[in-house]
Amino acid sequence: MIVMDEDDCMVSVAKFFLEFTVGESCGKCTPCRIGNKRMLEILDRITEGRGKMEDIDKLENLAKVIKDTALCGLGQTSPNPVLSTLSNFREEYVEHVKDHVCRAHKCKALLTYSIDPVLCKGCSLCARNCPAEAIAGEVRKPFVINPEKCIRCGMCLSRCKFGAIHVI
Amino acid sequence: MENLINLTIDNRPVSVPKGTTVLDAAASVGIDIPALCHLNLKGTCVRNAPASCRICVVEVQGRRNLAPSCATQVMEGMVVKTNSARVIRARKTVAELILSDHPNDCLTCPKCGDCELQALVTRFNIREMPFQGEQSSRKKEHTVSITRNMDKCILCRRCESVCNNVQTVGVLGAVRRGFDTTIAPTFDRMFKDTDCTYCGQCVAVCPTGALTERDNTDRLLDDLCDPDKVVIAQPAPAVRVALGEEFGYASGTIVTGKLATSLRRLGFDYVFDTDFGADLTIMEEGSEILARLKAFLGGDKTVKLPIMTSCCPAWVNFYEHNYPDLLDYPSTAKSPAQMFGAIAKTYWAQKMGIPREKLVVVSIMPCLAKKFECEREEFKVDGNPDVDYSISTRELARLIKRSNIDFRCLEDTDFDKPLGESSGAAAIFGATGGVMEAALRTVYEVYTGKTLPRLEFTEVRGLDGIKEATIDLAGFPLKVCVAHTLGNARYLMDKLRAGELDYHVVEVMACPAGCIDGGGQPYHHGDVEIIKARAKAIYAEDAGKPIRKSHENPDIQKLYREFLGAPLSERSHHLLHTRYFDKSLK
Repeated sequence: MIVMDEDDCMVSVAKFFLEFTVGESCGKCTPCRIGNKRMLEILDRITEGRGKMEDIDKLENLAKVIKDTALCGLGQTSPNPVLSTLSNFREEYVEHVKDHVCRAHKCKALLTYSIDPVLCKGCSLCARNCPAEAIAGEVRKPFVINPEKCIRCGMCLSRCKFGAIHVI
Repeated sequence: MENLINLTIDNRPVSVPKGTTVLDAAASVGIDIPALCHLNLKGTCVRNAPASCRICVVEVQGRRNLAPSCATQVMEGMVVKTNSARVIRARKTVAELILSDHPNDCLTCPKCGDCELQALVTRFNIREMPFQGEQSSRKKEHTVSITRNMDKCILCRRCESVCNNVQTVGVLGAVRRGFDTTIAPTFDRMFKDTDCTYCGQCVAVCPTGALTERDNTDRLLDDLCDPDKVVIAQPAPAVRVALGEEFGYASGTIVTGKLATSLRRLGFDYVFDTDFGADLTIMEEGSEILARLKAFLGGDKTVKLPIMTSCCPAWVNFYEHNYPDLLDYPSTAKSPAQMFGAIAKTYWAQKMGIPREKLVVVSIMPCLAKKFECEREEFKVDGNPDVDYSISTRELARLIKRSNIDFRCLEDTDFDKPLGESSGAAAIFGATGGVMEAALRTVYEVYTGKTLPRLEFTEVRGLDGIKEATIDLAGFPLKVCVAHTLGNARYLMDKLRAGELDYHVVEVMACPAGCIDGGGQPYHHGDVEIIKARAKAIYAEDAGKPIRKSHENPDIQKLYREFLGAPLSERSHHLLHTRYFDKSLK
């Protein structure tokens, strides 16, 4: 058993373990060599907001088959993090796919940065530090983040002295 | 019968000997479990059971996960399900995973229609590709014999098994690991930089289009269309007992007459026979055997015995690479195909008044190493090869189909004279032990001056890896040995190097069962019965021949009278003998 809190994204946790087994696979049997790679690719899609609902079913089927058919202990246990997160935290997978939301704020691609116009003093510190030049505005007036340009690096969040940057 | 194990497969009671795999046990009661990486040519040493593809999985009661039936032995009371929903679904998913890392180019794949993966896809009713993702990008290489496109490799490891365990050449193995695994020579080198003998057994067992022959059919079509060229054909003995399989005939059907007709229809100007070259080989090699034996019996301590056959081009490559210190032992006689080429481009061309540069000699071979042999510098005169190039049995079948020839409706015709006349001794060159038997027929009669009471030397026939016999040559016990596969050849050569090889004559063929299972033959897909049927046909072809000894071939006798003089004459040495080179990797 591994204990984690609400700051951990269950999809990312599954992906973390799978990255390890893909790296460790010897490549002998099909389910481990190709199956784990395909599971990782599906998890990549889901955490980057490109997942589809059918991906979750595919993932579950693949995990069961790999567990059932892989040659050695590594392959037979590699889908366990996927299977256990799917059975206990399926709603997190669905949120990632349907709502493009990572409630633990771990999946960068799913985050949306915005500036609270009430709290923003228009100091321009965020805009000056933004590496993507995604923030614009007039001094002493609320600044605005362009979501197209934003690379979700979190620089504005760390620099703002007024707590005006929101992340969803 | 106490060793029988009782189990249940798909609700059917099965009793099989201890040690049987679930796959074989199921087959014994007519349950055909699909398999992919598994290969077992029973009776030979060709076997691959890494249990790596996971296609043949079955459900075993009481077992947590699914079991690979190819590598799971039966146990008393076992209850097996081969067609439960769980199994069928898992199998399909595994096949879909293989497809997700395989180029989707069946239409233009050289293996289309003969691909075992393609057959599984049809069988599993796969109609879409659910998994898409990164595809492996692996090495491609075109050698003179073998084409490698490892993007199509499914890592079944069959090629690795034959290259390492059967042939002991050890060129192919897994390089890198995980998703990046590829089957290749060490350090991912090219074939040409390795000890590869081009035996083509990797091609013979590859289930997909990863390893195929170098295709020469377009080159041949160009030559056949060229009015300035005289194109002549020489098909090998093993071709006529296997070509029919490509046209729906039962394995082991002899199609010699249709083969000759089809070659004429393709546009060959003359259709001759490598069997003529085989008879010539026996004359030269047989004389060499007799010469070395006489020297040995005369007390010459320096004579190299055993004398070894040199017909097989992969075997020649093998000893040039691995036994450069023993190059004096093999006979200097060229292979039948090369002897044919040398005679066709001298004796026959002069007779016909055809200039060498206009004459194109094409060999149709069960072999891929023959393609390499054609390229050898020592078999060229001023850059013009004695045999211009070689096509395999499979390539010929493709060309016949492409040229709109309905093979099954062809009438039988004979080969052209004089280079198409042959004996039964030449016909059996295609099976392991055949060259030995053919040589013994001639050597016995020349040495003893008596007629052989029985032509068949059955002790050198069959699929045993190493066969030994002692032949009574008028009181002299001639000890002979026949080996097939390069692994068995290595065993003999290591003994020879250690001074422990006590034979007078040794025959070696690189491919299991001889040329009939060569790298260029129609695919056997793991069915050893096909190979046995071809061997049976080879011996039937011999039995049906009016002349069954090489030295009684009238056109061979005429060739010696008119042109060569005698076996081992100066002209024979010049045209029909070769030398070997140290090609060990430094």
